[in-house]
Amino acid sequence: MSNNRVSRRQFLNYTLTGVGGFMAAGMLMPMVRFAIDPVLQKAGGGDFVPTDKKVADITDVPERVDFAFEQVDAWYTSEVTSTAWVYKNGDKIIALSPVCKHLGCTVNWAGSPDHPDQFFCPCHAGRYEKNGNNVKGTPPLGPLDEFEVREKDGLLQIGKTRPNTLV
Amino acid sequence: MLNKIYDWVDERLDITPIWRDIADHEVPEHVNPAHHFSAFVYCFGGLTFFITVIQILSGMFLTMYYTPDIENAWKSVYYLQNEVAFGEIVRGMHHWGASLVIVMIFLHTLRVFFTGSYKKPRELNWVVGVLILGVMLGLGFTGYLLPWDMKALFATKVGIEIAASVPFVGGAIKTLLAGDETILGAQTLTRFFAIHVFFLPAALLGLLAAHFIMIRKQGISGPL
Repeated sequence: MSNNRVSRRQFLNYTLTGVGGFMAAGMLMPMVRFAIDPVLQKAGGGDFVPTDKKVADITDVPERVDFAFEQVDAWYTSEVTSTAWVYKNGDKIIALSPVCKHLGCTVNWAGSPDHPDQFFCPCHAGRYEKNGNNVKGTPPLGPLDEFEVREKDGLLQIGKTRPNTLV
Repeated sequence: MLNKIYDWVDERLDITPIWRDIADHEVPEHVNPAHHFSAFVYCFGGLTFFITVIQILSGMFLTMYYTPDIENAWKSVYYLQNEVAFGEIVRGMHHWGASLVIVMIFLHTLRVFFTGSYKKPRELNWVVGVLILGVMLGLGFTGYLLPWDMKALFATKVGIEIAASVPFVGGAIKTLLAGDETILGAQTLTRFFAIHVFFLPAALLGLLAAHFIMIRKQGISGPL
């Protein structure tokens, strides 16, 4: 035996603390994991949603395209309508998210008569250029998000959002 | 009859000293509005607690009708307010009290600040008080969503976006609050309900107990 003998009191302290710790962890672990499950859940695959917008009709002026898809919110499934601002940049189709990067309001193309060639957010007068780049000096701190797009049978399909790649 | 019951219990459990300790506790002259009217500023802490009690009671009764489900939440609030006897009163108490409690806690904070009552040895009580303020704001934020009307939904959208702007962990905070990465919906409502009705009130009661035990232990700060 070494000189550092563990006293009976110390031994009981360690074992009881250890056992108590395991019991507490055994109770807390399932509850904590239960609570943080949404953070650890894998994001669902980004399916493309069909729209009824003909690709041939898209011009170089941003146009509002509504599209509906089935949204699964845990136990609640519903038909949701979303919006994209779509235009052609040369041959490339661009679809921008209308969600303002300031506080999440909805932006409109040419929403302000003073700025007919910009996106405008009515909540706090945030503005974006045509490529989604936020105008300096207005509230938004970043460019509008961009939707993934593809063409199928001449119609536009819209995927999930990603950070703006044009700016 | 009541006296006899009291005596019977007191004989066995000696409960008199427990409430006597609170009832006989003297309020110093400088915090008593009966002596100096300006001492009413010392009432804001007590008023905060008074309204908190009303909030807890009215909230308990509201949950008898309220349903934290996106299909039914708004309808249940509409029903309890318009169809149930005194529904307008009970919901009104909770609705107006929610704003009033923030006003009172703010005035209390100002009083503590300007009388310098947060200084040694009461620093810890200030810290606990700030935590209580945080819990109160959390209760206000989570409670605001529960009626599930347009104002509630969009106010929460904005609030969650603000939380999401925290560097590095913002996205995780957002998902943790909303229950989903992108959707503010069914899971958000149940989460906010649970936080509003169980988690934050539990934290609040613990913090209030600590707040009151400390002020009894240290006594109220002296006159200016």
